[in-house]
Amino acid sequence: MTEPLVLEVERVVKHFPVRRHLLERRPGRVRAVDGVDFQVRAGRTFGLVGESGCGKTTVAMLLVKLLAPTAGRITFEGRDLAGITSRAVKEFRRRVQIVFQDPYGSLDPRQTMRSALVEPLFTLGVARDRARALDRAVESVEMVGLDAEILRRLPHELSGGQRQRVVIARALSVAPRLLILDEPTSSVDVSVQAQILSLLADLKRREGLTYLLISHNLVVVRYMSDVVAVMYLGKIVEMAESAALFGAPLHPYSTALISAIPVPDPEAPTISALARGDVSSPVHMPPGCRYHPRCPFAERVCREIEPPLVELQPGHQAACHFPGVARRSAPVPEPSR
Amino acid sequence: MASGGERPAVLEVRDLGVELGIGGKWVQALHDVSLTIRGGEVLGLVGESGSGKSLTALSIPGLLPGNARVVGGSIRLMGEDVLGLSEPQLNRLRTRSVAFIFQNPTTFLNPVLTVGAQISEIFELSPELLDPPGAGVRPSRRSRRRQAWAKGIEYLRVVRIPDPERIARQYPFELSGGMQQRAVIAMALARKPHLVIADEITTALDVTVQAQILSLLSELRRSIGMTLLLITHDMGIVAQLADRVAVMYSGTVVESADVRSLFREARHPYARALLAAVPTIRGDRTIFQAIPGSMPAVSDPPAGCRFHPRCPRVLPHCLAVRPLSLLVGPGHAVACHLYEERAE
Repeated sequence: MTEPLVLEVERVVKHFPVRRHLLERRPGRVRAVDGVDFQVRAGRTFGLVGESGCGKTTVAMLLVKLLAPTAGRITFEGRDLAGITSRAVKEFRRRVQIVFQDPYGSLDPRQTMRSALVEPLFTLGVARDRARALDRAVESVEMVGLDAEILRRLPHELSGGQRQRVVIARALSVAPRLLILDEPTSSVDVSVQAQILSLLADLKRREGLTYLLISHNLVVVRYMSDVVAVMYLGKIVEMAESAALFGAPLHPYSTALISAIPVPDPEAPTISALARGDVSSPVHMPPGCRYHPRCPFAERVCREIEPPLVELQPGHQAACHFPGVARRSAPVPEPSR
Repeated sequence: MASGGERPAVLEVRDLGVELGIGGKWVQALHDVSLTIRGGEVLGLVGESGSGKSLTALSIPGLLPGNARVVGGSIRLMGEDVLGLSEPQLNRLRTRSVAFIFQNPTTFLNPVLTVGAQISEIFELSPELLDPPGAGVRPSRRSRRRQAWAKGIEYLRVVRIPDPERIARQYPFELSGGMQQRAVIAMALARKPHLVIADEITTALDVTVQAQILSLLSELRRSIGMTLLLITHDMGIVAQLADRVAVMYSGTVVESADVRSLFREARHPYARALLAAVPTIRGDRTIFQAIPGSMPAVSDPPAGCRFHPRCPRVLPHCLAVRPLSLLVGPGHAVACHLYEERAE
């Protein structure tokens, strides 16, 4: 853990106002991100896991300055994001790039791949002339395993996997320090997912990239990440080195997530549904521990007092009154024999 | 599992061919698709997007879109030839014999009717599904409605909807995705269909909710002996729920076998590659293997075996001759030239 800090997120909160009735005086709040702390170190991959509505995409939007936090501080390479304005924003955008889930939505349907790749090089001031920009574009598509011929094509002429590669190539063409990957493989088939994952792992090794990976797919997160944080209803409920978190999860929600993955092995024990019901509403947050309505191990204290995120083992934090309870009462089957 | 050989086939699809009209031309989208499902069995139909699994499923109750037509083969449901049925007969089949559950429950549920109204309507329209009245009793319209409502709640309970009396009075938008999908499953089961077709029914759900639906399905399979055609792209779901598996690629079934044989010793190079592409955790390491290239477009399929451009074990005649399906073990069929040679 001696690598320099690239990103530091401190007590970050993002609330969105919602008005349920037209005449309501005080609007309610969606507590999308409700006090989140984490750090990302250079050359490492930080994985953020959670189900829909947990706030992981809001975190991504905050990190790339597409949203401003309601409270708290985000520091990138020692600079507070709130203080990055006007011209410095361009430089920030060059240093931090993001790849979204849907590659089709990230590409203009009437723009050729050449122009999609060359344009940001100019706007972000990476290339000064056309020839050099084009060289850079060719270099980037070749880096992601595509043929330069693809630059002549339009998005609809590409397969889903090729499109996602182009989007990754475009993000990498400006040589960012941090690449945020928001569900990079959830819109592609498993054979293409395998291609994209190997590509990302390979690029990280070759280019020394730092990733922040957001996904609901635990197997993907486990493969890619060094450190993993599990989010639930706007908060991090557990954070540890990947091997520790997946090997010995302390929060019952992490245990439920891990055991919910259907294992591709007919001999493996059947899937167990350890989380009851559905995610509670982020507007009417349950009192006490946010996970208690779904937790089969919840006791009175869980309904009353919200457990803080504390370090229970070196480098392993969890927010639970009874850490490890899920594993002790029902041993989690090893995902693969 | 394999002992089910004696049970009658609920569904028998033989050499089904379907064409799609694309850009003013008819292109063959399904090629000689054959499937058999016996009573109480779960058949997992797996493949990547564009492999033809949904098209296969839609052709069973005659729900193919307007730009598709069946050009060959047969579909028999409980021994009855489905392809020869008239539209009214097909409607009867859709309401009585086959229940289709789609990926997105919101498109299936009527947004302006309560869940209870929608499920009890099934019993009002088909009173024979209700418990028979006592001899000589002619139930009033009101008592029949009450009975239908009660029966609806009973089915909501079957799919483990908590507090079904309250949920029955709610509208679909008031329910979470998982609860909506449960309600749709209840409506599918209410008709006591011979066959349930589930097309990617957990794809839109979160993993913890997916786990709930999957354990519900495996419970229902045991408790009511549901016969299920389970369409999914997720090898994990197939491994957990299916008795038999058929793997589709580019409009054909490349391999079919019982679930254990397929996962232990898949024969077709695509089936093997597909299994290897799924990231799995072995000890500390996550392993998977990418398949180079991508599935050919329906409009422009390669000659011969459709997998040959991506196949690591391609033979010269794979480029020209389409392999036929042949048995390599009991109930284990593979469409690949590699095994033809071995058989010779």
